Amino acid sequence: MAEVLVVVEASSQGGVKKVTLEMLTLARTLGGDVAAVVLGGSSDELTAKLGEYGATKIYAAAGADLDEYLVAPKATVLAGLIQRVSPAAVLLASTQEGKEIAARVAVKLDNGVLTDVVALEPDGTATQVVFAGSTIVKSKVTKGLPIVTVRPNSLTPAPAPATPAVEPVEVAVADKDRLAKVVERKVEAKGARPELAEASIVVSGGRGVGSADNFKLVEELADLLGGAVGASRAAVDSGFYPHQFQVGQTGKTVSPQLYVALGISGAIQHRAGMQTSKTIVAVNKDAEAPIFELADFGVVGDLFKVVPQAAEEIRKRK
Amino acid sequence: MKIVVLVKQVPDSGAERTLRNDDNTVDRASANNVINEMDEYAIEEALRLQEAHGGEVVVLTVGPDRATESIRKALSMGPDSAVHVVDDALHGSCAVATSKVLAAAIAQQNADLVICGAESTDGRVQVMPHMVAERLGIAALTGARKLTVEGSQLTIERQTDEGYEVVTAATPALVSVWDTINDPRYPSFKGIMAAKKKPLQTLSLADLGIAAGEVGLDGATSAVAEHNKRPPRQAGNKIDAGDDGGAKLVEYLASEKFV
Repeated sequence: MAEVLVVVEASSQGGVKKVTLEMLTLARTLGGDVAAVVLGGSSDELTAKLGEYGATKIYAAAGADLDEYLVAPKATVLAGLIQRVSPAAVLLASTQEGKEIAARVAVKLDNGVLTDVVALEPDGTATQVVFAGSTIVKSKVTKGLPIVTVRPNSLTPAPAPATPAVEPVEVAVADKDRLAKVVERKVEAKGARPELAEASIVVSGGRGVGSADNFKLVEELADLLGGAVGASRAAVDSGFYPHQFQVGQTGKTVSPQLYVALGISGAIQHRAGMQTSKTIVAVNKDAEAPIFELADFGVVGDLFKVVPQAAEEIRKRK
Repeated sequence: MKIVVLVKQVPDSGAERTLRNDDNTVDRASANNVINEMDEYAIEEALRLQEAHGGEVVVLTVGPDRATESIRKALSMGPDSAVHVVDDALHGSCAVATSKVLAAAIAQQNADLVICGAESTDGRVQVMPHMVAERLGIAALTGARKLTVEGSQLTIERQTDEGYEVVTAATPALVSVWDTINDPRYPSFKGIMAAKKKPLQTLSLADLGIAAGEVGLDGATSAVAEHNKRPPRQAGNKIDAGDDGGAKLVEYLASEKFV
């Protein structure tokens, strides 16, 4: 039985992102062995983690080419590996880099690619949620093998311990892969908060939050709940919060267990990014705000009174 | 510097969008079609570079006849001319095939720089910039929130989940931009009038040396088997905050085991 390849998405600190564990869990349901592909920076800790979630083999590629240039060398290495081992399917994370690698591999191999997949059957049928969460699509790659990018938080990762064999993969890239050079990587402090796309709880603020300073309220509630902070486009455009935390169209799509919308009216472009959240809670002073149409629990009122009181109540219960 | 800007016409993301029941492609006939929002930032960036460094800005669109409206709209912002690849055989093309068409059309232009939006609002797939760059064998600087040009050297800042990266390349290159990069101008009345007279070249697949079977539904590398409306979310309990809205909110969160 051919292997299913899972391309590992790691953070710059070497930790493995949750979506990688989700992909390993998904890969185990497809039949066949699960092999992880590490493109740059392997470690014993990483190997152990990948084994814990069922990787029986790890293809490990490393080298300056993978680190110093944007995406193209990784795509060349992955395409070469696919041609060599003829896997049953290839899973990548539906992140900026995951999609970019998938794009190049698809062109190199003249192979179909499906992105933002939330479920995948052994026969290759993929489920996608499109058009601002309004439509569910079932698709298949019809040329080549299934190359799919998996949206974070689409399933719950489950361990299945294995002891992976590590196989080094040669990195042989062409000059045309060395055109876009990464000259600096800046890590901005984000504290202990989970990453937005991967968080199981997201607390977001909108125009109603009123100022950058007031976003401390949003952060406080997020921290008490152990969640990530998000922002609507209106809040980002007003300069209240940085763009990388924007939820919705032209921002991130999130699908947490709990989404808390504070002072967000719920324009369709925002709903596009959070509509598939499991539970939605909203606080807004406008009783007619469209966000209440999708909220499982809504509080009509002043968020500057409701949120501090909620924070106090959570502290009491802790 | 010669700059080609990729512009896509998409169904308005603020209105209801659907897939067609007969062939599962995007229903463009019944939609209000507009320029993909992110592409306006790409046009703006190209115009600013032209203002600073001179040269020429060409709009390139692959799409049906009616995409002409969006091309004229794009031209009204200021670009010099446009190329429209239009062919009935393109209907239903997948991303892999579309990238082949775009790359062939760009190759005819001898451009120093290709600028496009990071994603379109209909598919939100984000694969096109790297697919096109891969085919052309040129550098791809994707996801730019800032672009600087010094001679033939390009430098971008690209947002990451953890911060940002600074990436450089020499022309010829492709740059994709997010909506954080600039504030697009509104077309002036003069611009709108001038756009009507600007050169618009129409190309068929044959002009690009691409066979009909390589694109469209027949040449697609993936296929939609079925599509269904997702059941709308049901509104739950909505309470008036009163004096204890925060406490009630936490009560609810506790009942759902979030607290």
